[in-house]
Amino acid sequence: MNAETKAPLVELKDVSIAFGGIKAVDHASIDLYPGEVVGLLGHNGAGKSTLIKVLSGAYKRDGGDIRINGEEAVINNPRDAKRYGIETIYQTLALADNVDAAANLFLGRELRTRWGTLDDVAMEAQARRVMGRLNPNFRRFKDPVKSLSGGQRQSVAIARAIHFNARILIMDEPTAALGPQETKQVGELIKQLKAEGIGIFLISHDIHDVFDLADRVAVMKNGQVVGSGPVTAMTKDEVLGMIILGKCPPGATPGPGAMAA
Amino acid sequence: MTDAAEVSTAHLLATESPIKRFFRATEIDTRLLGMVGAMLVIWVGFQIFGKLITGEGVFLTPRNLWNLLVQTSAIAVMSTGMVLIIVMRHIDLSVGSMLSFVGVLTGVAQVYWLAPWLGSDNPMIWVVGVAVALGAGAILGAFNGFLVAYAGIPSFIVTLGGLIVYNGAAWWVIRGETVAPMDSYFELIGGTPRASWIGSEASWALGGLVCLAIVVGIVLNRSARARFKFPQRPLWAEAFLILAGCAVTLGTVAVVNAYAWPPLIAERYAKEHNIPVPPGGLIYGHGFAIPVLIALGVGVAMTFLATRTRFGRYVYAIGGNPEAAELAGVNTRKITLLMFMTMGILVGISACITAARLDAASNSLGQFDELYVIAATVIGGTSLAGGVGTIYGALLGALVMQSLQSGMTLLNFDSAVKDVIVGSVLVFAVWIDQIYRRRQS
Repeated sequence: MNAETKAPLVELKDVSIAFGGIKAVDHASIDLYPGEVVGLLGHNGAGKSTLIKVLSGAYKRDGGDIRINGEEAVINNPRDAKRYGIETIYQTLALADNVDAAANLFLGRELRTRWGTLDDVAMEAQARRVMGRLNPNFRRFKDPVKSLSGGQRQSVAIARAIHFNARILIMDEPTAALGPQETKQVGELIKQLKAEGIGIFLISHDIHDVFDLADRVAVMKNGQVVGSGPVTAMTKDEVLGMIILGKCPPGATPGPGAMAA
Repeated sequence: MTDAAEVSTAHLLATESPIKRFFRATEIDTRLLGMVGAMLVIWVGFQIFGKLITGEGVFLTPRNLWNLLVQTSAIAVMSTGMVLIIVMRHIDLSVGSMLSFVGVLTGVAQVYWLAPWLGSDNPMIWVVGVAVALGAGAILGAFNGFLVAYAGIPSFIVTLGGLIVYNGAAWWVIRGETVAPMDSYFELIGGTPRASWIGSEASWALGGLVCLAIVVGIVLNRSARARFKFPQRPLWAEAFLILAGCAVTLGTVAVVNAYAWPPLIAERYAKEHNIPVPPGGLIYGHGFAIPVLIALGVGVAMTFLATRTRFGRYVYAIGGNPEAAELAGVNTRKITLLMFMTMGILVGISACITAARLDAASNSLGQFDELYVIAATVIGGTSLAGGVGTIYGALLGALVMQSLQSGMTLLNFDSAVKDVIVGSVLVFAVWIDQIYRRRQS
């Protein structure tokens, strides 16, 4: 991996955010290169999701910079983030349960007819195409998303993220609701997107998943980055040590959260 | 019947009972059908009850049904907006007193400012009067929406405050006076005086246009789906929908046309216009009243807004999951503000209908309307939990509410008893709906 020779796609620098005195993210810095998968690991409440929500525009940071392709990016809401080609699959999926798959897929980016009205037929056609690629058994285009299974809902959420030419993809627990077969499919998809030069942040509890798919890992604890480094330079036990104890192994670059040796 | 799509859906349908297959193929909302059924039961019930008590059933007469439609219009107009407000997980308790404030403003504008200035019966008066009502409604609604969306105050509190504030404001403007009479053109909006109906020929023409629109709509939808090779409804289901739609439309036209002018008025009109009176007497049908046409037009426009525009899509998405809508990039605050503003404009329309119908404006206008509007919306199947509700449901709900009120009035029920019954029916209807929904899922 000679990622260092290219410009970083995303650079989060000294990002901090606090909720009522609790520092959810404390001077965290991570970066991501094109065609790279960075696994973000940590306990519940370590600040992974919060950090990523700063990048996707869901939260407004208190301090720090976001650079996209080396340039200062202004991200104050999800619309700004989408303008930079940042797409997010949230852990909660963030679907509007009462409308159908196509409506969710195009939510905020509806196709319109030349009279400015919703072009439901065209949206359904594209939805059928993209869903056919992700989940060929998907048939229930007319039903509200509420009535779909966990896996089907997940594929709607994934379809929404990849359908609009994302350059940066954030996946927060993308396989949490999936069975083994579907999890494998998501793995294939990640490899395919990576080959297309998309940068991916992968947040997961499952350390095995991350080792299979990620090029680098970054570990967070109590809102701080413990350390980061290529997966090839670390063992799973060392990564677990980072997650649980905050102990940075020799193969990783220590961050501000690393336990003093 | 040799359609390819027909064959592909046929095997899916074959395993179901004929009734289930009918509803799936026609995509008719069974809940809607239940409501229409309940309404017919109420209508027939009042007819029979009236016959037993007074010896004469007057409920199911063209005249009463015509009046029923006119009486429903103001509530119906506001309920189309309330549906979307409730779908967005908000509520607007201020519509009744906002109606009274807006009605008073347009009354004062017409009687105290415009009539002395332009001379009474100047055709500009009603135009400005309506503009004042719509503009005031839009401003007040937008103000409510601003407080909800940008100041983050719960809509229940904002509009509860609004209920009290607008009520006081209406009193403050006219000090309890009644402003009357309204401009003579403006009166036509209300549906009672002189010629505020469109007559039978125009009504038939309108009915014909609606039938044509139904056919064209279904054909266009079919061809759009054919272009993308989507599954189609079976042809017999399409034919049924066309027939049913046209039957309801033309039936309504027949009813409003069957309500004829009183004989003396018809005779006077004939004399004024030098029309010879045949031996059987002249029969002029009223046709649709103007407020009913306004309500129907608003219903169509709001259905379009709710189902065919981005705005409507966002309203439903916000109701389904506000956080998801925000994360998907929907500007939820802007949509919330615009929705409350739309509600205000609809209140403005209803204020015109109500003030014109009474031919007067006073601060008692629209009293308790917020409750009737919310009741109509909820009876019409809108879930207070948000995300679910239809415009046509609310229109039907308004008609059911008004049917109860008007039926009991015809039977000389005490007004206290009426309130007890209407309130009970609201709770009962929601209970039935809960049972229905639980069975569905």
